[in-house]
Amino acid sequence: MLLITCPWCGPRDEIEFSCGGEAHITRPSEPEALTDEAWADYLFNRTNPKGPHAERWVHTHGCRRWFNVLRNTATNEILAVYEMGKPRPDGEGS
Amino acid sequence: MAEPYQRQSALAHLGLAARAAADREKSDAGVQLGERAFPGQLNLRGDPGNEEFMDAASGTVDCVLPTVPNTSAGEDDLEEGPRVLWLAPVEWLIVTAAGAEEALAGELVAAAAGCGGSVTDVSDARTVIVLQGPNARDVLMKGCPLDLHPDVFRPGHCAQSLLARAAVILYRRADEADGSASFEIHVTRSFADYLWVWLEDAAGEYGVQVIEV
Amino acid sequence: MRPQRMRLASGGRIDRTRPLSFSFDGTRYQGFAGDTLASALMANGVRRVGRSFKLHRFRGIFSAGAEEPNAIVQLESGPRTVPNLRATQVELYDGLSAASVNAWPSLAVDFLAINSLFAPLLPAGFYYKTFMWPKPLWHACEGMIRRAAGLGRAPMDPDPDTYDHLHAHCDVLVVGGGPTGLAAALRAGRTGARVIIADEQNELGGQLLNNRQQVDGSLGADWVATACEEFVGTANVRVLTRTTAFGHYEHNHVALLERRTDHLGPGVDGVRQRLWKVRAKQVVLAAGAYERPIVFRNNDRPGVMLASAAAAYVNRYAVRPGQRAVVFTNNDSGYAAAADLADGGVPVAAIVDARLEAGDDAAALAAVRDIEVLNGFAVVDVKGRRQVAGADVSILNDEGAATGGSARTIGCDLLAVSGGWNPCVHLHCHSGGKLDFDSDWACFVPGRTPLASRAAGAAAGVFELAACLESGFEAGARAARAAGIKRRGRARKAPAAERNSPAPARRLFHVPSLKRGGEAKAFVDLQYDVTAADISLAAREGYESVEHVKRYTTLGMATDQGKTSNVAGLAILSGVLGRPIPEVGTTTFRPPYTAVTYGALAGRDVGDFADPVRKTPMHHWHVAAGAKFEDVGQWKRPWYYPRADESMQEAVNRECLAARNTIGVLDASTLGKIDIQGRDTVTFLNRVYTNTWDSLAVGRSRYGLMCGEDGMIFDDGVTTRLGDHHYLMTTTSGGAARVMSWLEEWLQTEWPELDVRLTSVTEQWASAGLCGPGARRLMDDLSEDLPLDSEALPFMAMAEGRVAEIPARVFRISFSGEVSFEINVAARYGMALWNALMTAGEKYGITPYGTEAMHVLRAEKGYIIAGQETDGTVTPIDLGLERMVSKKKDFIGKRSLSRSDTAREDRKQLVGLLTEDESEVLPEGAQIVAEPRPMPPMEMIGHVTSSYYSANVGRSIALALIRSGRSRVGEYVFAPLPGKRVMARVVEPVFFDPEGGRLHG
Repeated sequence: MLLITCPWCGPRDEIEFSCGGEAHITRPSEPEALTDEAWADYLFNRTNPKGPHAERWVHTHGCRRWFNVLRNTATNEILAVYEMGKPRPDGEGS
Repeated sequence: MAEPYQRQSALAHLGLAARAAADREKSDAGVQLGERAFPGQLNLRGDPGNEEFMDAASGTVDCVLPTVPNTSAGEDDLEEGPRVLWLAPVEWLIVTAAGAEEALAGELVAAAAGCGGSVTDVSDARTVIVLQGPNARDVLMKGCPLDLHPDVFRPGHCAQSLLARAAVILYRRADEADGSASFEIHVTRSFADYLWVWLEDAAGEYGVQVIEV
Repeated sequence: MRPQRMRLASGGRIDRTRPLSFSFDGTRYQGFAGDTLASALMANGVRRVGRSFKLHRFRGIFSAGAEEPNAIVQLESGPRTVPNLRATQVELYDGLSAASVNAWPSLAVDFLAINSLFAPLLPAGFYYKTFMWPKPLWHACEGMIRRAAGLGRAPMDPDPDTYDHLHAHCDVLVVGGGPTGLAAALRAGRTGARVIIADEQNELGGQLLNNRQQVDGSLGADWVATACEEFVGTANVRVLTRTTAFGHYEHNHVALLERRTDHLGPGVDGVRQRLWKVRAKQVVLAAGAYERPIVFRNNDRPGVMLASAAAAYVNRYAVRPGQRAVVFTNNDSGYAAAADLADGGVPVAAIVDARLEAGDDAAALAAVRDIEVLNGFAVVDVKGRRQVAGADVSILNDEGAATGGSARTIGCDLLAVSGGWNPCVHLHCHSGGKLDFDSDWACFVPGRTPLASRAAGAAAGVFELAACLESGFEAGARAARAAGIKRRGRARKAPAAERNSPAPARRLFHVPSLKRGGEAKAFVDLQYDVTAADISLAAREGYESVEHVKRYTTLGMATDQGKTSNVAGLAILSGVLGRPIPEVGTTTFRPPYTAVTYGALAGRDVGDFADPVRKTPMHHWHVAAGAKFEDVGQWKRPWYYPRADESMQEAVNRECLAARNTIGVLDASTLGKIDIQGRDTVTFLNRVYTNTWDSLAVGRSRYGLMCGEDGMIFDDGVTTRLGDHHYLMTTTSGGAARVMSWLEEWLQTEWPELDVRLTSVTEQWASAGLCGPGARRLMDDLSEDLPLDSEALPFMAMAEGRVAEIPARVFRISFSGEVSFEINVAARYGMALWNALMTAGEKYGITPYGTEAMHVLRAEKGYIIAGQETDGTVTPIDLGLERMVSKKKDFIGKRSLSRSDTAREDRKQLVGLLTEDESEVLPEGAQIVAEPRPMPPMEMIGHVTSSYYSANVGRSIALALIRSGRSRVGEYVFAPLPGKRVMARVVEPVFFDPEGGRLHG
């Protein structure tokens, strides 16, 4: 079970959280202007890296705040926890 | 106004008053359990960075809204005044003595609505189970992933977490006269029956005394 | 009671004043408090404790700990029976009853021992090869083979015991209470760090209890006692004995199993086992090492035993493991064991040392006791069938092969073997820790780990006592510091032990047999009868990966998970393949380290606690009224209220008729409710609902549909405007939490600029829904200040006032198509409101109805239920709700509605179905076909989503999703069901009051 440091509540057990999938996917501002392919890409396609992965988590059974986590998917090491809207701290993928 | 006798607390069906009377002489219990029925509870939202809001809200509840996560402000003894629990960076739970919430809600709305604050009465959404005694912490540890070490989760601290399979807000009161810890557990009304029975079961090995709160 | 003929007259950590009687395989024996089942059996001279898994050869006690492959027992019987326990770890209690697991009908007379005669016919991969073809043969034989395989029996009755979980946090968790772990815990504890030290045995001390080494000038066991005293006086150190750390997970989450009453016997009051969920800032792995065997012919005979185990039986349990011993070793530790045996009254006939030279201190141990040492020799075979009668020895050449030179047989009944040591690296590996190969000791040692965890002492490949103590002490200091403890604490000098001058071990895993075919009786995995020959065969057949060899031969797959066999197996494989051991690799260690009971894993989450039951404020009224309940999420909702001997259908019919003809009342408290405040609420509602919200007046309600971004319906409900910037949203009962977090997610992650605050008020309000022609009259009786006529309070409007003196919000919303009033009051008044409605409504024939009637009533009107008509693949348009979908604005999911797939003409669409036989109620989920055939396959064009008998319509009705359904209205379709085929007509999905006049009353 992961130990996740909520930016507000501090380190808590994974059971208090829910994972919201890949971070840094912004909803297109004008969906109607997108081709089916571009919309489908936003809707369905996600990266699945072995290694550092930026993902969104929410402290469901705590302060209910969303935040970003940079987690190594191979070792489960948490490399960074950062606020929504902030760029990925390792400069990758954003 | 509805007559008070029409009210039913979340645990009314358990006959806790009669059990408390029967347990009154019990002295060897490691754990004391009771329901604090009808606590006033107001959910307050606002921006802690907005000084006007902070001044208005803090002035109304007689204490500075806590901004340090997992801490509280105000009164430990609710008869003395409201207690404010930090829930999130923009959210607090104001706990009052039974019946004091309605007036306070009105005052808060009047004071804070103009500066981005909002208030929701959630007094009926949760009941409060009081858990105290020498083994109170042991019972919590059986179902709660928080670090409840007395030096870590200190009197006045609060946290939202899970207890067994129920979501709870936990508040640690001032210690009892004998030095043992005392907790208030805010639990949503529909889970209260489950949680009470669970607590009694988990506390069984230490001996349970039902108390009137 | 027979005497304990192998018991020593004095010594040991047993209490001779507390005799305990026990039985094994039906025979009664006596042991002492402090014994394990294994030591007590040994004290009684019981040498054969089991049969091997495949060949059913006699097996004896092999070890003194968790690695035991042979002495596997079934403890007790009935609901508390436990299979596959290691006798070496079962503490003796009075009345204990155990049986060996792998013998039928009895250990002495084992019909299946005949298997051993066919041993040549049961090579590696036997079952794979034999039963590959024809397939039915395996099915025919599987039961027999499995019964013969016999690995213990699971209890068939419910577990009567109580189990528990406990969350614990600490700065430093020390796994293992031997010398290394004790030194680590002492050191860390002195800094003030919060320390937990856990050991699987009944007392701390580890090897110091088994041997006679000294620490700080006193006997090891005495030093242990001093250390324990220090712990007792230290509030920050918690000692857990009889506690196995069985899993080491991410971020130092370590699972411990504490056995609290097992050692007292079955049926003791209290918590039997407790699962500790420890979160440690730092972990010190001081789990020690296993002595490893050496593989030679007939090395499985009862009487062959690990050398350190033989010494442990003498020193700790005061038992002689034999009458005359031979010690076979490739390192110095065999000499200490020999000395302990000799001093304990077991004459040592010889030490057979594979090396030409032992360390000086080791050699001296033998010399002063006048024990013959055969340097450069190996044991090549064992005499005796039922137990060891002698050891055949011969000279070893430089390549590690026995030459046959100077061959002789040494008579003995105990052959104590030391092949070196394997660090216990299991926990290190559980969460991705890597292993390095230590070529000096030819063993795997912990390497890199992603966790804040460090191994120390023997677990790290440090085998000498003095070095272990230093290693543990240092690890304790480092761990505390790494955990953020600033204080360094007193007594910074490590406990000291005598330093020896050891000679290196000789790498020797396997002594090839001098006999042709002898390898087939040289056992690597004792529990699963995997031999050196099996491994060679697997390699010859092309299984070169260790993971493949493991599965093909079953090496290391028995209940002991290969604790004594894995490395030897690897070494033999490496020899056959001609590749160094580290290149052959090692298999993966996964949790649990030793088996964990299901009871402990479940803890308190059983029975009524398996899943919380949520109850509404009116729940106990429903119970008293005899309601049957339905689970909706975790809620218990009244399903129907049968009277006297009514059937379910009769009760539902009565409730449905009452709701349309008099008054029905429904407990609607479970509906999700979200209080929404903020200046941007309308903007927000416009984005999350498919329809528009700009024009909704204060005091008015509107139905809304929510889609996911994929355009599929997600939830629905009614939202009411309470004030200028204040709304109340309702959701489905089951979707309440999901919708709340979904909305919060959009607000926080996409639209942080919106001023909108959400607060769940589901539990704040109790809700009773009145419907039917008499509803308004009853409301009129109960309320003085509420406007109730259709003009003041029209359909889809809300008013605040008092109902039965109780402050209430009354909503004119309907899920039945009748005039309805949904009354919300603070939850504390829920029961009072309900009682008032029932009392005042009696004269109008008020009838409580449950979820079943609610479903029927709404289906009569063709109202959908999100989650019943929808399943994540259904759009609003599929349901014929185009009018709910705004063309003007963007909303979540809008773009997806014009994707090629969602815009298809031939999507499944919601229609009604009327069966030709009016009494036939289609099963929900039934598949629909256009052209029925006698046999599948048939093209399925849809399925039934809802289906009921409707008393109001006077026949069965159904809703279905059918491909191009709307263009099929009037056509006939078919539902092929077991034994019959039901014909139905496709109709519009409204069966009652299609004009909707009743809604407005």
